[in-house]
Amino acid sequence: MSISRRQFVSSVAGAGIASMAAPHLVFAQNSGPIRVGLMAAKTGPLASGGIDMELALTMFLKERDNTLAGRKVELIVADTAGTPATARTKAQELVEKNNIHCIIGPLAAFEALAIADYLTEKEIPTIGVAAAEDMTQRHPSPWFVRATSTSAQCAYPLADYSAKELRYKKIVTIADDFAYGHEMCAGFQRAFEDNGGKIIQKIFTPLATPDYGSYVAQVKNADAIFLGTAGSNGFRFLRQFIEYGLKDKMAVIGGMTALDESVLRNMGDEALGIVTTSWYSAELDNPLNKAFATAFRKQFKYDPGYYAGGTYVSGQVLEAGLKTARGNVEDKKALMTAIRGSNAETVRGVVKFDEFGNAVGDAYIRKVTRKDGRLVNSVIKTYPDVTQFWTYDKTAFLKDPVYSRDYPPAKNLEQ
Amino acid sequence: MKWIGVALLAASFLLPPFLAGDFYVNLASQILIAAIFALSLNLLVGFGGMTSLGHASYLGVAAYISALLTSRYGFGHGLAAIISIAGSTAMAAFFGVVALRATGLGFLMITLAISQVLWGLAYRMSNVTNGDNGIAGLTRPMPFGISLDSAASFYWFALVVASLAFLMMTIFVSSSFGSSLKGVRDQPRRMAALGFNPWMIRWITFIYAGFWGGVSGLLYVYYNKYIHPTSLSITSSAEALLSVIAGGSGTLGGPVVGAALVLLLKNYASAYIERWNMLLGLVFLFIVLVMPTGIVPGFSRLVTGLRRESR
Amino acid sequence: MQFWIIQGLNSLSLGGLLFLLSSGFSLIFGLMRLANLTHGAFFMLGTYFGATALRSWDGLNIWVTALGAGIAVAAIGGLFERLVLTRLKTNPLGQVLVTLGMSFIISDACLMLWGGDSIPVPTPRNLQSPTRVFGFVFPTYRLVLVGCAIGAAIALYLLLERTRLGAMIRAGVDDRQMARAVGIPVSNLFTVVFCLGAGIAGAGGVLGGPILSAYPGLDADMLPLALIVVILGGIGSLLGAFVGSFIIGFIYTFGTALFPELAYIILFLPMIFVIAFRPQGLFGRVGT
Repeated sequence: MSISRRQFVSSVAGAGIASMAAPHLVFAQNSGPIRVGLMAAKTGPLASGGIDMELALTMFLKERDNTLAGRKVELIVADTAGTPATARTKAQELVEKNNIHCIIGPLAAFEALAIADYLTEKEIPTIGVAAAEDMTQRHPSPWFVRATSTSAQCAYPLADYSAKELRYKKIVTIADDFAYGHEMCAGFQRAFEDNGGKIIQKIFTPLATPDYGSYVAQVKNADAIFLGTAGSNGFRFLRQFIEYGLKDKMAVIGGMTALDESVLRNMGDEALGIVTTSWYSAELDNPLNKAFATAFRKQFKYDPGYYAGGTYVSGQVLEAGLKTARGNVEDKKALMTAIRGSNAETVRGVVKFDEFGNAVGDAYIRKVTRKDGRLVNSVIKTYPDVTQFWTYDKTAFLKDPVYSRDYPPAKNLEQ
Repeated sequence: MKWIGVALLAASFLLPPFLAGDFYVNLASQILIAAIFALSLNLLVGFGGMTSLGHASYLGVAAYISALLTSRYGFGHGLAAIISIAGSTAMAAFFGVVALRATGLGFLMITLAISQVLWGLAYRMSNVTNGDNGIAGLTRPMPFGISLDSAASFYWFALVVASLAFLMMTIFVSSSFGSSLKGVRDQPRRMAALGFNPWMIRWITFIYAGFWGGVSGLLYVYYNKYIHPTSLSITSSAEALLSVIAGGSGTLGGPVVGAALVLLLKNYASAYIERWNMLLGLVFLFIVLVMPTGIVPGFSRLVTGLRRESR
Repeated sequence: MQFWIIQGLNSLSLGGLLFLLSSGFSLIFGLMRLANLTHGAFFMLGTYFGATALRSWDGLNIWVTALGAGIAVAAIGGLFERLVLTRLKTNPLGQVLVTLGMSFIISDACLMLWGGDSIPVPTPRNLQSPTRVFGFVFPTYRLVLVGCAIGAAIALYLLLERTRLGAMIRAGVDDRQMARAVGIPVSNLFTVVFCLGAGIAGAGGVLGGPILSAYPGLDADMLPLALIVVILGGIGSLLGAFVGSFIIGFIYTFGTALFPELAYIILFLPMIFVIAFRPQGLFGRVGT
């Protein structure tokens, strides 16, 4: 699906040559196109998410005839290759060579952290997809908002649900050994133990783990195992988990990306009944999502998941902001204020931003069921207006250190 | 005739800030940083005959030390730079002793293993290194009070350092030590019979390569204002090795050309070609088939060949 | 007790997988002195072939698929060797460039053809029900994999020790010039061995598929493991590759379970020690 980018290359090249000739002067042209940059990791281990991001955004723009708030839109997609140095170079390319007015993405926390100071310095409105907690907590930027959620934001409702409705008492968590996994498990642990539960084991698997066998064998007996994994690691682990006969002994629950729609399509009956949480599901029953999910499925033959949904939502938020700002992208401050103040109706529901730029919206508890012959994440409970601070006091929360592998300390681990 | 060509080439390095916008100047700075890194690796690979797949260790360690000292412990840039370079050089001295117990594939594997251990430590020791969040919010130094924050000023700084590096390495390679290094590369037993100490010669080269690797690491962290464990990864080392081989190991211009090639494909062509990884692979295949010893030797052979024909 | 038994079995199955991965690499390096950095990509290609074949044709036999994938990957390897590698006999750096370049091409092609998601490889139906071992279950397929590795080892041993081809290979490994001098067609032998090595990798990819799944980056995850096994076991030694695979299987499985803080470096530390103190590896006959 690189046709869109090839189509825009000539206009981009023209802009590039122009900017080369007059490096210090870029005149605002209210009648020119709005240039939107998409930072997506299209190669490398995160490729699956990045590819989905591009598909969703190009579909979004095509549905609107490449026009938002009355102005034409040019999309420039940059492949960050899933590495921070490339992300930074691509951010510079988008800003300095392509003269974009705003950025959607990037998808990985370390990519976002690598470019945060640059985007702040250059004052580029950015609607991010990366879940890194601190970007909207202790180190927020006035130019960054996030329409999806933090790593832990959706884990809290699931912890609550597991304790109160599923009545689990002891849970083992497993996640990838990087910040996203640490933060999600930390949030889950905190809310679960607040409700009287115990996290008896926390396993973090190195990023490059081809064989999960030795980790499956370490899992202690508990009521359930919580998968805080990203990408396809969750499903690869799950396969091994089932093969060792553990699914008969323990329930499986998961975070936002454990059993994403993009992973679910490659799974079979073993996934049925697994409960996960996210700020999105392709099965959401609102008119916007019904239209989006059906169209996405029709064009690409699979349901939209975390990355496709997140990017589409970001597009909708951008559109709402642009409408308020009357398409005047040149006034960046006004655009950013408009975006932050927008109460956009999106495919995930209404999205508001808190004072740190993080989305406040509904979180959905989903269960895998079979519908029309395919596996879907059916919504079984909605937690309305979940913020990144859950029920905790904001000031106290921010005084504590950021969630990490060892914070909050796990006090109930069994030996 | 040759000197005019070289002079023109050198002059072309002065052009970017005048001709191009910030993005291209930044790209040029990145090429310079990658070139220094590749040149340092080439001391080992091309002139020393020791193929290392772990050179990113020295880049990454120097970068991390500088990042930690300046952001967390309030050191000034000058002192932090000295400590970082000293640290990465000392590390090279220590690891050189370990690595030089092997040759060939064994040497490759030890250097790879060392860099992987460091990478793993950078990931795992997150209370020190911030793990995979990396260390952000870094600043650039202000040599003699001049700010390096603009693209052009950083480029000049990088150009000065790169020219110095190139000069020093040229002197190293053309000195008598350099000759003995090449001798050890080609005929270690004969050199030993002549009374040289091959191990010592290799070890000193290893340290010197680590020193310049550290220098490139400093420039790297100054440029990016951010450091992350990927800078210590195999990919980082492999890219440098590929640059050296593609450009022409055993020459001084080769690594520079190779670094420019890899960087341009990775950061520039990737905007126009989705399958840029495949293109990179194909380019390498092409280079090796058409110019087996690298671009620079291949080109000079071409030029000499043409000149001979025209006579 | 259960922990030790299960992790012990895990170690064995991982060792079996590693042998299927690294035997080809060891063979190629032993004879051709070529560190085939494309090896991980050949393995991954086999996994992807296996994934597609086994998912498209229900009930397709995994052994047949492995053989088919092995042949396909061997053919690709053979072309690569004939067209590119033969010209680089005296150019070890060029070999590095070219094998890495080829791995970029293959991995990007896989990304292009199969997309970015993980594709599971179905376990053969008759091996899906777990085996009961001392009162707990263990995946049957993993035990079978150990059997595969032993079978492959025996087959390779017979090839090397009992056939003429094997004799020629051993001669080439021991002394290439002498082998040429007595009339062994070393150049053709190289192609045959490269095909064999690549083919084993491709077949190994299919057989490892049910455990690993096909995903982008599998090549980069597998290649260092092959290198470690061969270094530890010793170059040019089939026994070394066999023993090395299982040692690494044990170190990795028990290491990550008992010392999770060392997970990233658990394999490299022993390797550094081995190279530092016994550079030819445990059973190596050839100096590196």
